Amino acid sequence: MAKDEDEIIENVTDGEYKYGFVTDVTTETIGKGLNEDVVRLISKIKKEPEWMLEFRLKAFRHWLTLEVPTWAYLDLPKIDFQDVIYYAAPKVNEDKSWDDVDPEIKDTFNKLGIPLEEQMALSGIAVDAVMDSISVKTTFKDTLAEKGIIFCSFSEAVLNHPDLVQKYLGSVVSYRDNFYAALNSAVFSDGSFCYIPKGVRCPMELSTYFRINAAESGQFERTLLIADDDAYVSYLEGCTAPQRDENQLHAAIVEIIAKDNAEVKYSTVQNWYPGNKKGEGGIYNFVTKRGLCEGFNSRITWTQVETGSAITWKYPSTILKGDNSSSEFYSVAVTNNYQQADTGSKMIHIGNNTKSTIVSKGISAGHSSNAYRGLVKVAKKCKGARNFSQCDSLLLGDKCGAHTFPGLDVQNPTAIVEHEATTSKIGEDQLFYCNQRGISTEDAIGLIVNGYAKEVINKMPMEFAVEAQKLLQISLEGSVG
Amino acid sequence: MLEIKDLHAKVGDKEILKGVNLVVKPGEVHAIMGPNGAGKSTLSSVLAGREVFDVTKGEVHFQGKDLLALPAEDRAREGVFMSFQYPVEIPGVNTVNFLKTAVNEHRKYKGLEPLAAGAFLKLMREKQALVEMDAKLMNRSVNEGFSGGEKKKNEIFQMAMLEPKLSILDETDSGLDIDALRIVSQGVNTLKTPETSTIVITHYQRLLDYIVPDVVHVLYDGRIVKTAGRELVAELEEKGYDWIKKELEEH
Repeated sequence: MAKDEDEIIENVTDGEYKYGFVTDVTTETIGKGLNEDVVRLISKIKKEPEWMLEFRLKAFRHWLTLEVPTWAYLDLPKIDFQDVIYYAAPKVNEDKSWDDVDPEIKDTFNKLGIPLEEQMALSGIAVDAVMDSISVKTTFKDTLAEKGIIFCSFSEAVLNHPDLVQKYLGSVVSYRDNFYAALNSAVFSDGSFCYIPKGVRCPMELSTYFRINAAESGQFERTLLIADDDAYVSYLEGCTAPQRDENQLHAAIVEIIAKDNAEVKYSTVQNWYPGNKKGEGGIYNFVTKRGLCEGFNSRITWTQVETGSAITWKYPSTILKGDNSSSEFYSVAVTNNYQQADTGSKMIHIGNNTKSTIVSKGISAGHSSNAYRGLVKVAKKCKGARNFSQCDSLLLGDKCGAHTFPGLDVQNPTAIVEHEATTSKIGEDQLFYCNQRGISTEDAIGLIVNGYAKEVINKMPMEFAVEAQKLLQISLEGSVG
Repeated sequence: MLEIKDLHAKVGDKEILKGVNLVVKPGEVHAIMGPNGAGKSTLSSVLAGREVFDVTKGEVHFQGKDLLALPAEDRAREGVFMSFQYPVEIPGVNTVNFLKTAVNEHRKYKGLEPLAAGAFLKLMREKQALVEMDAKLMNRSVNEGFSGGEKKKNEIFQMAMLEPKLSILDETDSGLDIDALRIVSQGVNTLKTPETSTIVITHYQRLLDYIVPDVVHVLYDGRIVKTAGRELVAELEEKGYDWIKKELEEH
């Protein structure tokens, strides 16, 4: 750890958004705009079976009837959904043989610190690398297959594991769920699929790395993760995008299903381009993530570090259906400059003796706005539910805002639900104390913020915890002074 | 070591330092005494570089360098240490981590490699013993939930870790019981070398029984109005500060 901490501190000095480069690669795109033909075209490009096209069309027709949701605490600019490219793919060979992959793409992922050659890859982590609309490489697929684990791009799953996809697709997040879920269901182009069979403990971390590269295109990916009885998996997603002046759209869906005694840990390091210091450019991030603790004693843990995006709209949630199932949500959301975030979690208690924990840490700086929105719901027939929620806000400076919208809907008297909230500010006296010990203000903020977020960061897999720590500090660069 | 010339400083519109002159040579211990509100703590904060105070006039040279031109962290790295009257709590920041960062920032400033983990822990144990610092406190957040005495010990412990050239002890005796006072003073005395200097800011004689000053100043209404040898301490204790006020009014 010692060395990593030193590195973190050194990194502060060059803390601009580091992932803002563009890869020069031949990209196949379709024209701007969205109609039924576009949906059919995407399905055709992906050589999908009929049932998949049907699913898309149903979702598209439903989407047409919906309005953009406006209930979030966001100053949402009008998005012209006809001015977006819904499919953009860097050219890769059909068989995805590694030697044939464009060196520019390999180079991109190397620059992002995600080497895709297995011998160079991060030890013990299998990666599915998604660039724009398609998956370019999945590592360690064969190693995992030996244990019966399926880990592949969503497109491959549609073709090779249609039974599983058909059974679970949309079973947790229906295309009717909300505006962006309907949009995603109509046009999603790729993502990751993962199935852990009964009794298998996945021997390595699984991870998907999402990269937006093409200009004016949106990214719409889906992740479907199924942990069968007694299975265990730890999964991580990371995201970056080039620095561009215009805003780009990202609308994703994640669905998780945990069967009897299964455990899924889902971690996110979200670092989409946040826009510049004046609030120009950046990704609009509208994501629906939901897990279903279907089985007895199943468990889903969400851990997220959100530092990027101009606008974040995201509420990873869990439906606790199985008796004795449990779920945790740990989140650090940082907003700086003109970033806006409305994020939180929902825990829906249905099964008896279900437990949930929500720990949300918001950090706001600059002119940003950071809102926590949560819902804890206990159904009428659910006995012995237990929830603990803690929402903390940390403010840097006096031009930013932090807001908390906790929701409670308890319909059974046996439930025990607790909520705690705090708001604090990094004080001038704290910074001066650090200065007097030879620690610069930037480094002092890094120390304080990382201390504040430790409870959440500690829940992440080691490699990503270090990355997340660095990110927090870089995101707050220049927020004081 | 330190030369202060005609230093004026204000906070908001209020002028607090109204022309302070002071020369501290290597190896010397200076005591600055004075009634409440005289500007004692302001002087230490201004020297350490706290930004809420505006220096309106005057110069401060530290080892030949223009101290006022440096940001607070560089003053610290140059070797100016201030023991806080009210040490600040920093929740979430582990004491060991905090100190390691501080020590390595000092080393980096001097062009030295960061200290390896083993060497750092060894240094820490050594200095901990000096002020009888409870090792358990090291795993807690900086000053969080420390007693008054523990906080002051922690200040002197940090001083020991950072090995400053000039230490400014701002009311270090306040809130200390007699045992803690003895331990803290012993620590300060042990750290003293012919090359380092100390400025002890205090209201009472108590601390100066342990840390014996070479020169004693009285700060009153933003100026140093009297400078003498250590015998002045006893005289002040006996006669109080009113005597000085009277003497000033007569002139």
